[in-house]
Amino acid sequence: MARGTIVVDTNRCKGCELCTTVCPQQVLEMANSYNTRGYRPVLLVDPEGKCTGCTICAVICPDAVLTVYRLPAIAKAQRAPAAMALAA
Amino acid sequence: MTSIELAGYDVVYRRPEALVNTTTHYCPGCTHGLIHRLIAEVIDELGIGDRSILVAPVGCAVFAYNYFNVDGCEAPHGRAPAMATGLKRSQPDKIVFTYQGDGDLAAIGTNEIIHAAGRGENLTVIFVNNATYGMTGGQMAPTTLSGQVTTSSPYGRDVELVGAPMRVSELISTIPGATYVVRRSVHNVANINKTKAAIKTAFQVQMQGLGLSLVEVLSTCPTNWHMTPANALQWIEDAMIPVFPLGDYRIADAVVPLTKRTRGGQ
Repeated sequence: MARGTIVVDTNRCKGCELCTTVCPQQVLEMANSYNTRGYRPVLLVDPEGKCTGCTICAVICPDAVLTVYRLPAIAKAQRAPAAMALAA
Repeated sequence: MTSIELAGYDVVYRRPEALVNTTTHYCPGCTHGLIHRLIAEVIDELGIGDRSILVAPVGCAVFAYNYFNVDGCEAPHGRAPAMATGLKRSQPDKIVFTYQGDGDLAAIGTNEIIHAAGRGENLTVIFVNNATYGMTGGQMAPTTLSGQVTTSSPYGRDVELVGAPMRVSELISTIPGATYVVRRSVHNVANINKTKAAIKTAFQVQMQGLGLSLVEVLSTCPTNWHMTPANALQWIEDAMIPVFPLGDYRIADAVVPLTKRTRGGQ
């Protein structure tokens, strides 16, 4: 399970792609679909669970559309499964 | 404002409270939004949201008062330091800051900023330098680089004809009333963190009543530079920083302890 994850405020994303250029784990990609403003928003594509929740994508985002989450440092057995909440 | 809770996860980054939960009018990749967010984070961290007053400029940031959860006021073009002077003198307990672009502060408003600094007004000025007039369609600004092509300098800026780019931080740093004058950039994550630290120091200078603090931020204009947002950030590093070197141009003795406390992007 990934140590971190992000939630994208999809309809606020303007598709500038800056977050994809700085992600150390290269787990951000642009969607092939369009949001309500006509931009292709960023998506977290992380099947291998590489996201560490480092917040670098959120630091460079000009539109503050990213919320970053990280697992607390607890034993793996105690970790609750992450709810896959939909973007707002 | 609102962010989703994920079971088992801690939120390590969320949108600052001082930023209104809305979409800005800025173009994709424009770093105005990024600088807004840094200011909002600083306002949250210092807990001054209920007593801050923003003075918005004319230029792309003209609607800045729609994006901050603080009181705001719109100044005539270039007159933000004059309006901020009145606000601060009549309400000294408020934190008054201006957010100005290079067309606003370095062109029509040069007089206002120089004399606000000369009087040593206790204000914070965030000066966003993107080397062009963004809102009106990318004309030549006083900060446009030598040889830079704009809609009003289609063969590049001719320094023989119109002079060399104006370096505002160097200029203001010669005025004793300006106690904290620094130039920062937002072209990568490390410099974004340094910019935030400088903005925090600038607000603390005002909170301690030490005089005018000015943070110049090198910013992008991908639309008028005709670049992708990522290339625009690279252009700051390659073309703008050699002309506008980053650094601390004036840190008065009384301000030095503040800069030590905020070092390291805290």
